[in-house]
Amino acid sequence: MAAKLTNNQIAWRAAQDIHDGAYVNLGIGFPEKVAQYQPPGREAIFHTENGILNFGEAPPSGEEDWDLINAGKRAVTLKPGSAFFHHADSFAMVRGGHLDVAILGAYEVAENGDLANWSTGPKGVPAVGGAMDLVHGAKRVAVITDHVTKDGKPKLLQRCSLPLTGVGCVTRVYTSLAVIDIEGGRFVLREKLAVLSLDELQAVTGAELHVASPVADLIVPEL
Amino acid sequence: MDKTVADLATAVAGIEDGMTVMIGGFGGAGSPIELIHALIDRFLATGHPTGLTIINNNAGNGHVGLAALIEAGMVKKLVCSFPRSADPVVFTDLYLAGKIELELVPQGTLAERIRAGGAGIPAFYTPTSYGTDLARGKPVAEFDGRPYVQERWLKADVALVKAETADTQGNLTYRAAARNFNPLMCMAAAETVVQARRVVPAGGIEPEVVITPGIFVQKVVEVADPQQEEDLNRANAVYPGVA
Repeated sequence: MAAKLTNNQIAWRAAQDIHDGAYVNLGIGFPEKVAQYQPPGREAIFHTENGILNFGEAPPSGEEDWDLINAGKRAVTLKPGSAFFHHADSFAMVRGGHLDVAILGAYEVAENGDLANWSTGPKGVPAVGGAMDLVHGAKRVAVITDHVTKDGKPKLLQRCSLPLTGVGCVTRVYTSLAVIDIEGGRFVLREKLAVLSLDELQAVTGAELHVASPVADLIVPEL
Repeated sequence: MDKTVADLATAVAGIEDGMTVMIGGFGGAGSPIELIHALIDRFLATGHPTGLTIINNNAGNGHVGLAALIEAGMVKKLVCSFPRSADPVVFTDLYLAGKIELELVPQGTLAERIRAGGAGIPAFYTPTSYGTDLARGKPVAEFDGRPYVQERWLKADVALVKAETADTQGNLTYRAAARNFNPLMCMAAAETVVQARRVVPAGGIEPEVVITPGIFVQKVVEVADPQQEEDLNRANAVYPGVA
């Protein structure tokens, strides 16, 4: 099973589901790539927890303004129509259900929608940031992730084994092999790479994949 | 009425051993570096204050600002959401050695707990952290069919805040995303101490653009050219550095 999407391709696929005018929060790191692949003609407005709506790309090196950073503490720029606000207003946007989409990374996702993405266990220094707020705030919570861990174990499971970020919060997972919805406590397969059989996909998935309607080919451009 | 004080040392003079101190900023943006360094100066000269509980989103970065305060041994406990950074060694080493306490709070819950403290709301319910390790031991209640976790307010003896412009009555504006936790902390502390890039006479800030009304501010000190944590760290700065 050699074929799989790159991180850029997973991000591209997730970006295709963001509608014009959507208010979107992207998690730190990998999910930030989604912003690069907005379809032409569509403009999402990106929210960052530390108090900016409608920020843009990083400035050229040497032109950073360190009062203008995103939640990952990276320098950003502003787009026309941006706004600043304090942290309580920022999380009112999150918790109050005003964001259309939050896209997060994952260590594990369970078929009941549980997400584990903040802690790999009791070792080291725990850090949670805004993830636990985001998963209960946005109208739609999606995950982008490799389908399996670095050592080939499934990340999509019946139940998470790592500390939870949120309970029953994820509704769609974009992986390196497939697009899977979470409905009624089940993984429902929507798209998969054409080179992969259902059995092959099931073999690297830790819970049963259900097929409710014809499964589309997961087609993504070279990026 | 004039809330301005002459210098940084006077501004932080009210912080005593064992106090709870809120420090504004998210990473380096909005972090009142000069007020923090003035507090370290006082500790190095007098041995006080110590045993502080610090409330901030982070645990400092490098060896300046909040990280330097921790490194000086003045902090007993940290309340924060994300104690990791590009260079978190100061906090990490003390934490792993069991020499500093950590209360980890989801970021939005941290903000709302501070806001609640300032607004006189002793507790509130949030969906955040329900069913997770961070909700352990907290009351849960169901509203309209959905479970919520009870969280308590956070208050402080002193807040250290960075503003862009202050007037002599303590009305404040902020700069870009340096606003973050600062306006909330102004509300939640018994004494709010502000460093501002510019201090103007009353009337020097249009009432329409005031972000923090002066009622929430007790002391103002002008720091005309404030240092930025990110710039200091890129220069590998260490506070107080080698004498």
